[in-house]
Amino acid sequence: MTATVEPEVGKARLRKEDARLITGRTRWTDNLTVPGLLHLAFLRSPVAHARITAIDVEAARRKPGVIAVFTGRDLAEAQGSLPCAWPVTADQKAPPAPSLAVDQVNFAGEAVAVVVARGKAQAHDALEAIDVDYEDLPVVLDLAAAVADGADLVHPDLGTNKSAHWVFDSAEAGTGSDVEQAIAEAEVLVERTYRQQRLIPAFMEPRSVLVDPTGEQTTVWSATQIPHILRLMLALTTGTPEHKLRVIAPDVGGGFGGKLQVTPEEVVALVVATRLGKPVKWTESRSESLLSAHHGRDQLQKLTLAARRDGTVTGLKVELLADMGAYLRLVTPGVPILGAFMFNAIYKFPAYRFECTNVFTTKTPTDAYRGAGRPEATCAIERLMDELAAELGRDPIELREQNWIKHDEFPFTTVCGLEYDTGNYEAATAKAKEMFGYDQLRAEQRERRERGDTVQLGIGTSTFTEMCGLAPSRVLGSLSYGAGGWEHAAVRMLPSGKVEVVTGSSAHGQGHETAWSQIVADQLGVPFEDIEVLHGDTQSSPRGLDTYGSRSLTVGAMAVLKAGEKVIRKARRIAAHMMECAEDDLEFTAGKFTVKGTERATAITDVALAVFAAHDLPDGVEPSLDSEATFDPDNFSFPHGTHLCAVDVDTETGFVKIRKYVCVDDVGVVVNPIIVEGQVHGGLAQGLAQALYEEAVHDESGTLTTGTLADYLIPSAVDLPHFDTDRTETPATSNQLGVKGVGEAGTIASTPAVVNAVVDAVRHFGVNDIQMPCTPMRVWTAINGGPTDAGGLGTEAGGGLGSIDTSGGAA
Amino acid sequence: MRITVTVDGTTYTDDVEPRQLLVHHLRETIGKTGTVVGCDTSNCGSCTVHLDGQSVKSCSVLAVQADGAEITTVEGLARDGALHPVQQAFHDNHALQCGFCTPGMIMQSIDLLADNPDPDEQAVRHGLEGNLCRCTGYQNIVRAVQDAADRLKPGSTQAQPVGSES
Repeated sequence: MTATVEPEVGKARLRKEDARLITGRTRWTDNLTVPGLLHLAFLRSPVAHARITAIDVEAARRKPGVIAVFTGRDLAEAQGSLPCAWPVTADQKAPPAPSLAVDQVNFAGEAVAVVVARGKAQAHDALEAIDVDYEDLPVVLDLAAAVADGADLVHPDLGTNKSAHWVFDSAEAGTGSDVEQAIAEAEVLVERTYRQQRLIPAFMEPRSVLVDPTGEQTTVWSATQIPHILRLMLALTTGTPEHKLRVIAPDVGGGFGGKLQVTPEEVVALVVATRLGKPVKWTESRSESLLSAHHGRDQLQKLTLAARRDGTVTGLKVELLADMGAYLRLVTPGVPILGAFMFNAIYKFPAYRFECTNVFTTKTPTDAYRGAGRPEATCAIERLMDELAAELGRDPIELREQNWIKHDEFPFTTVCGLEYDTGNYEAATAKAKEMFGYDQLRAEQRERRERGDTVQLGIGTSTFTEMCGLAPSRVLGSLSYGAGGWEHAAVRMLPSGKVEVVTGSSAHGQGHETAWSQIVADQLGVPFEDIEVLHGDTQSSPRGLDTYGSRSLTVGAMAVLKAGEKVIRKARRIAAHMMECAEDDLEFTAGKFTVKGTERATAITDVALAVFAAHDLPDGVEPSLDSEATFDPDNFSFPHGTHLCAVDVDTETGFVKIRKYVCVDDVGVVVNPIIVEGQVHGGLAQGLAQALYEEAVHDESGTLTTGTLADYLIPSAVDLPHFDTDRTETPATSNQLGVKGVGEAGTIASTPAVVNAVVDAVRHFGVNDIQMPCTPMRVWTAINGGPTDAGGLGTEAGGGLGSIDTSGGAA
Repeated sequence: MRITVTVDGTTYTDDVEPRQLLVHHLRETIGKTGTVVGCDTSNCGSCTVHLDGQSVKSCSVLAVQADGAEITTVEGLARDGALHPVQQAFHDNHALQCGFCTPGMIMQSIDLLADNPDPDEQAVRHGLEGNLCRCTGYQNIVRAVQDAADRLKPGSTQAQPVGSES
């Protein structure tokens, strides 16, 4: 049953990874232990902004089981400053970012001291005995107020709350015309302000780190998406020599960008373990996670869209305020900038300007969350297109089609200067409309509106694209990112014919072990089962840039493919020698080198054994087929799709129920359709949650009021609908596999589809926006003539879940 | 306090602190790390186990309350190397991605099917309401539970999985 009979790529392979996960045979970081392990607990600031005037840890040091207590001052030199790898402008302002606050706290939840104890419970008990005196400083919570003249400052030493101002202008870049002129000449202007609310990634596995300094290399196990980046950054931050650090990401329970971070706790664990010479472990509680792990989104978007009365769009101006929170974490400043190239989306805007001010507030730092900058952009433009359609009395899909790039116009250079390689928006939209029953639902909507049904039907569209497969190193360089975007892989042929694939991608639920095995099985003609994928340990997979930005398949698997090509090239020379023919006379298919026009053949696995013996190799040939490759993409990949959502909105209660959700995504060539479908489902869930349920809410003193899963409303099975998913397949031409990316697509696409549907359901009440999440309270208020937009109704914690009492949550 | 519990068929007697939660006793004292902790407010259900045949969130039970009880965790479901039909259905329907919620989901699904052997989609969704998953959007979990229901019916043939093993 060699895999080559039927190609592995495209097959709905069940996952290799599952066997451990469904039986509990798992290696989450918190499951691990080593002899003499000590436990850490962090004391966190209860206030958002204050000077630390005194801190007394003596009583805590005397508590049972306590080995040591450290404050920020104790570790100030060793802990260094947490890294930010993305200075988006040359004059970007950034404060020092201590892992343990030294003399000032800048958000509620910031760590101020750490207890080391023999038991975890003992460590937590001792926290209560630490006495900290805080002298309150004014909190800075509102984005617009933070940039106003005379605003209270988060970091007074910086002299401003503005970290950076980043601009892209198509006229200045030479990629388009002047947007101000387009606005001046516009026959129609749509001006809106949208709030992309603050979200929390909320991976299911709480973060955990275990540091063992007792070996020659110090080993760090961490629940991280980025073992390779973490190793380098821990070395640079703490001064530990890089070659003396080994980082392992064992089983990692989800990330969604939330584990794309170098955390204060990782740094402190390393510093404390090194200082004590003892292994230490920290595992967060869920409350700690929601409070102190980085948040996502949080933008205020001022948007101006210019168009002609015939519906042709002529210009788009985007002015953003992006909330950094209190510090710049690993890629914080770059997240909104990733959206800069996506507001124009699939539409042929001739003029475009994007400017973003990155702003400090006294809140938890923000950073990557699934989509990172692109969901915000997509949500804005897809909402605007619906608003333009409403303004002109046009069907929103037909209006989009008038403006989008036609399938015969690819490759297409956008107003941002990106080259979209392929796409077929017409095909995906046609399929989605048919599956959705678009025309019938529109008819039903008209009928119910005329009838004055108390439950109104709304239909929302999102025809999205995104840029993923991060990223061409040269492009990252041009955006001042501190690293490249390549990925590394190695393929090792073992003497028995089995294969080890080493990848720098670091899976945390994506199914790389299965997908990479499928690709290599086809390429080398070996059985799927004979391939082992090694990852997530800097000792076994020494180089890599890890997993985020829907990059693993388009970049990581491409590196695997390139390494496999080298294996075949090496094997070909040896096979020719074995069969006494010229290399050019050999063809390689289904794992065999065959002399063209004959039956003579040698399997690559036989070559592997001959290489192991090395008794008779061509002169100058080294006895190994093993090969490695580093792949740097030439371009991003551009998945796209059409998402359609129908909602029933109860106009008497404001409750929104998703009645039907259809999406047709084009993610290029598909390696494993069930994995792709699973990624789409999960992405949709998170995008829908932004539209209807989730929001990180701070009260007027800067305290997070959504600090438990009872308040931060991750949807349950009851709160989500059945999704009807399908695909069109337009292969990417920017990589050999023809693949795009799928990890973020569902999240990027779905949020505006849902909000558009909700607004569509109640537009006849004079509503043209409802702030996310569209809770019953906000929807009801909008229907009843209250304020609805970003400057309007105050925040509330959730209340939209069907599964909980809607009176719950903070008011 | 000294307690005796039987976990996955083996009996353990240990001294525990009165405040010790069952889930910590299972993980840290007995070494049943297949059962995990996902929150601290009993919302997520990751720690779900069976206590005397009923599903419980083991973060909501004190270890001392389990004295004398029989507990089954995800590690005790397979019989003679064969997966429990619910475990098999989770695999066959790609009902997990990162897998962190999976032990709790499987334990709750078994309990759900014991109460309702033939649940419709809404019944499955309501039955799993106390278990959160951040990866799958629940659709394949629902499908897996319904698939498992078919498998558990007397005389049923195995349902067709969505993926292929070979």
